[in-house]
Amino acid sequence: MKIKIIVTLKNGVLDPQGKAIQQTLNGMGFNDVKEVRQGKYFDIEINETDIVKAKNKVDEMCKKLLANLVIEDYKIL
Amino acid sequence: MKSAVIIFPGSNCDRDMDVALKKYGFKNHMVWHDEKSLPKCDLVVLPGGFSYGDYLRCGSIAGKSKIIKSVIDFANSGGLVLGVCNGFQILTETGLLPGVLQQNKYLNFICKNIHVKVNDKKNKYFQNIKKDILELHIAHNEGNYFCSDEELKVIEENNQIALTYCSSEGSINNDINPNGAIKNIAGIFNKEKNVLGMMPHPERMIDKYLSGDDGSIFFENLINNSK
Repeated sequence: MKIKIIVTLKNGVLDPQGKAIQQTLNGMGFNDVKEVRQGKYFDIEINETDIVKAKNKVDEMCKKLLANLVIEDYKIL
Repeated sequence: MKSAVIIFPGSNCDRDMDVALKKYGFKNHMVWHDEKSLPKCDLVVLPGGFSYGDYLRCGSIAGKSKIIKSVIDFANSGGLVLGVCNGFQILTETGLLPGVLQQNKYLNFICKNIHVKVNDKKNKYFQNIKKDILELHIAHNEGNYFCSDEELKVIEENNQIALTYCSSEGSINNDINPNGAIKNIAGIFNKEKNVLGMMPHPERMIDKYLSGDDGSIFFENLINNSK
């Protein structure tokens, strides 16, 4: 089973890369771009057929390694 | 006094740290990250570098390596653990130190000499240190210390801020903050003050003719306090 995860910076946490991307987009003429927040995407293939069990395991992975909960939130898709 | 420097794949300040520790009298052992246990020692050092190529987040993969469990046990039993630069990032990822080191505010890799103020001397690292302002060297891309407001309150209440970036005269303000770190934080202790993480490299300042010798003051003081 494949599970997708998105890790993003929490609201209020400085994202200098997102800011640089936003300014570049503005410079390219995309003037209506107000803010860009950059995140990470993971595709995890797991040997598990039960979706609930698989998501529970992935949840543990997110908490222990994939996200740093001081500054990041995660969403299991 | 015995010390151990942990080497991770991608560490690159491990040998400089070995030279510095030995120069001031530590009997140092290098320990590969894949070992399960630490040799008998008084101080464990996590050196600078780019462990695991900074993949995922700086220090995150090293923070899960085999040796780390022993390092955490050693720290929890009161042993001295020092993390410099990438070592500091690893310590925050293991949870031994609060907060996180984010990318520098202006997205640039910073490599220069800076000054830091010693904020707390009631600990084994800075007790009796003969200078309050040290000139050290920084070289990092992710040194921008951050933690939540609640965590910062706890850190301040416990005097856990070890070092703050300052001018050569000791004034602390935004202009001399190299990386955007909150409160100009350059180094942090755990609550018990046996674990210290710092972005500046003392091991790069141990020769007065080549670099400067405020790192020497740090190591001399550390070994004297450890005796």
